[in-house]
Amino acid sequence: MGQAIDRRDFLKLAGLGGAVFVSGLAGCAGLGGAKQEDFYFVQLSDTHWGFKGPALNPDADGTLQKAVAAVNALSFEPDFIVFTGDLTHTTDDPKERRRRLAEFRDIVGALRNKNVRFMPGEHDASLDNGEAWKELFGPSYYSFDHKGVHFVAVDNVSDASARIGEAQLAWLKQDLAKQDKDARIVVFTHRPLFDLAPQWDWATRDGAQAIELLMPYRNVTVFYGHIHQEHHQMTGHIAHHSAKSLIFPLIAPGSQPKRAPVPWDPAQPYKGLGFRGIETELGKAEYEITEFPVVKA
Amino acid sequence: MVAQRRRLLAAGLAAVACAAFGARALAQERVIRVTARKFEFVPEKIELKKGEPVVLEFTTADVLMGFNTPDFKLRADIPPGQVVRVHLTPDRVGEFEFFCDNFCGEGHETMTGTIRVTA
Repeated sequence: MGQAIDRRDFLKLAGLGGAVFVSGLAGCAGLGGAKQEDFYFVQLSDTHWGFKGPALNPDADGTLQKAVAAVNALSFEPDFIVFTGDLTHTTDDPKERRRRLAEFRDIVGALRNKNVRFMPGEHDASLDNGEAWKELFGPSYYSFDHKGVHFVAVDNVSDASARIGEAQLAWLKQDLAKQDKDARIVVFTHRPLFDLAPQWDWATRDGAQAIELLMPYRNVTVFYGHIHQEHHQMTGHIAHHSAKSLIFPLIAPGSQPKRAPVPWDPAQPYKGLGFRGIETELGKAEYEITEFPVVKA
Repeated sequence: MVAQRRRLLAAGLAAVACAAFGARALAQERVIRVTARKFEFVPEKIELKKGEPVVLEFTTADVLMGFNTPDFKLRADIPPGQVVRVHLTPDRVGEFEFFCDNFCGEGHETMTGTIRVTA
């Protein structure tokens, strides 16, 4: 507990983070039967390695490396790091896809913390049903436990039609069945599981089925990417938090008829880009999110 | 396996759409042919009249495409080599977006169009 408070105070005092957002049900002490401890992890998303577009990011070849350096410079070592998809920008050329994925893997190999989890985005995986991505990064959906929290990575991109699919939903059902109803569950995914902006394709076609499977569990939080901006929404008692991109921001969901990127602002380079640290405390289904810029202002 | 299931589903949907077309042909819907290709719909602007029944006939020579217009709660898969018919009688005036919702390649995210409905 002491370390968590120290870390949070440090972040605030040092002015390292942006807005801090607290998600979950504060004060739910004594959750579950598993051993629970404080921990801290970092989420990066939508790095789009291979993207070319100077009007949106003239440093597309250097932003990922800067993000890696910024994570390495954090004063507190995260327990683990997760990339929630669109590691690379899409290409119709399978060889180029593999080359971009391999380059991405090499660049993030410079992360000091080697406990890194990866997920695909539709740019990585939708054109070949995740084949190239899985060659380099392994299974596209999986679960793991860390300090009393059950983490589930859901792949809603390898199917080009933005479906999780029956097989994975059956796996998810079986995986969740092993958890107590008051277990702390964190879901990582790329697309929003709910209909955030269906007219912009910001949805998962069978995401409602995943949410239905998660609903009986009282302490569920979802972290995702895809929309290139911070966004927070509840579906019932389940909180969903999207992360910023590391290539270019997109405009707010549904704010105009067509989805559009936010152009690069030379006066404020890297504005709207960043990654986040997520901290959770002993015995609480609560996640404190601190947003970090790619480069210090 | 997933791709095979998707193709079967797409074929099934196309069959349903064709059957529905046959049953509705007497309604004399105006037919609007739309080609879905990387990475555009041709035409990308579809002009309709409120209350006028139309059938949108989609084809593609490329890969599996999709048609989705959430405002009218209509969507369909567009497999290569098939004609996919979507029936629509717009009940309101305005401009409504549609897009390809099967990720089809480098320009997929700009593959959109507009249905303009006038009184």
